[in-house]
Amino acid sequence: MGEALVITSGKGGVGKTTTVANLGTALAKRGNTVVLVDADIGLRNLDVVMGLENRIVYDLVDVVEGYCRLRQALIRDKRVEGLCLLPAAQTRDKNAVNPEQMVALIEELKEQFDYVLIDCPAGIEQGFRNALAGAQRAVVVTTPEVSAVRDADRIIGLVEASQLPTPTLVINRMRANMVKHGDMMSIDDILEVLAVELLGVVPEDDYIVVSTNKGEPAVLHNNSKAGLSYRDIASRIMGEDVPIPVPAESEGLIVRLRRMFGSR
Amino acid sequence: MLDFITRLFGQQKQSRETAKERLRLVLIHDRASISPSVMGELKEELIAVISRYMEIDEDAIEINLSDVEDSVALVANIPVKNLKRTAQA
Ligand SMILES: Nc1ncnc2c1ncn2[C@@H]1O[C@H](COP(=O)(O)OP(=O)(O)OP(=O)(O)O)[C@@H](O)[C@H]1O
Ligand SMILES: [Mg+2]
Repeated sequence: MGEALVITSGKGGVGKTTTVANLGTALAKRGNTVVLVDADIGLRNLDVVMGLENRIVYDLVDVVEGYCRLRQALIRDKRVEGLCLLPAAQTRDKNAVNPEQMVALIEELKEQFDYVLIDCPAGIEQGFRNALAGAQRAVVVTTPEVSAVRDADRIIGLVEASQLPTPTLVINRMRANMVKHGDMMSIDDILEVLAVELLGVVPEDDYIVVSTNKGEPAVLHNNSKAGLSYRDIASRIMGEDVPIPVPAESEGLIVRLRRMFGSR
Repeated sequence: MLDFITRLFGQQKQSRETAKERLRLVLIHDRASISPSVMGELKEELIAVISRYMEIDEDAIEINLSDVEDSVALVANIPVKNLKRTAQA
């Protein structure tokens, strides 16, 4: 029996879909069977990020409504053994599915896969409730910005108010250099206000744009820094104890002066 | 370059600090589920009640939620202009 994780955020565009694509690919590369579920009904994206958009015949709503078997709607990723995608419907809206149907669907998927990763839509409406319905664990994605962290706080509260345990946190698009210069909130700044366990930190990485252009998750590319972070996060999800590298904190005046004058 | 110098000598408040402070305050309000408009109403009603007993400087009133050691306090600063004479003998 597998485990279902929902990747959520509140604020849109912080990297949920990127996270689902990369974690799923990394988990499958480690020998797990993985299904990625696009629960963003009406605004499907995961198929494109995964580069599987041309192979869609049926979607999640077709399965739920009984137009096809689950097996028929699953798209097998030919690059990585054991990795499948269940695409969202593009022409339906979020109310086409209800939480009870999602619970049944995710249960069925858990019987066939080690990990079920659910890509949650932005917002806190029906689509969010659907995405949460069948999951055992939630991962909240944020970026180091006031608005994203604020929404993450709200989502953490909503996840806790549902039956799920306190979510873990992924901080995406971190720029160590900006933190160092005092122009971005640090990991500690964010953890201090949110008070949740940190699952991982993903750096800002131009390669994410390239990988999205190509439809190839960054974890498939050995030189992508974000890809490396996602591999570590996948290991942590598998229960391995992989330390989170913490970038150097903001330097004090003395350090800066010393550096300026060449002494160390 | 000027930017670099002011930062070097720490005169400029860094945006990281500004972000932290703004986040802290907005979360206090979010978590207490009190929106700015509700705070506005609260302020109006407080003014109405207190004005029955004393003359207050309405424009200078400050009402804020702030965090005091892990808990949230409603802090009001209400400058009094004049105490009203009691009608009773
Ligand atoms: N670490 C990163 N470095 C650089 N770009 C990134 C990173 N993570 C995400 N992005 C970019 O940010 C954009 C939004 O990412 P993504 O689609 O994963 O967010 P989302 O949370 O799923 O959005 P939505 O709420 O619309 O579903 C994309 O263009 C993606 O390429
Ligand atoms: Mg998305």
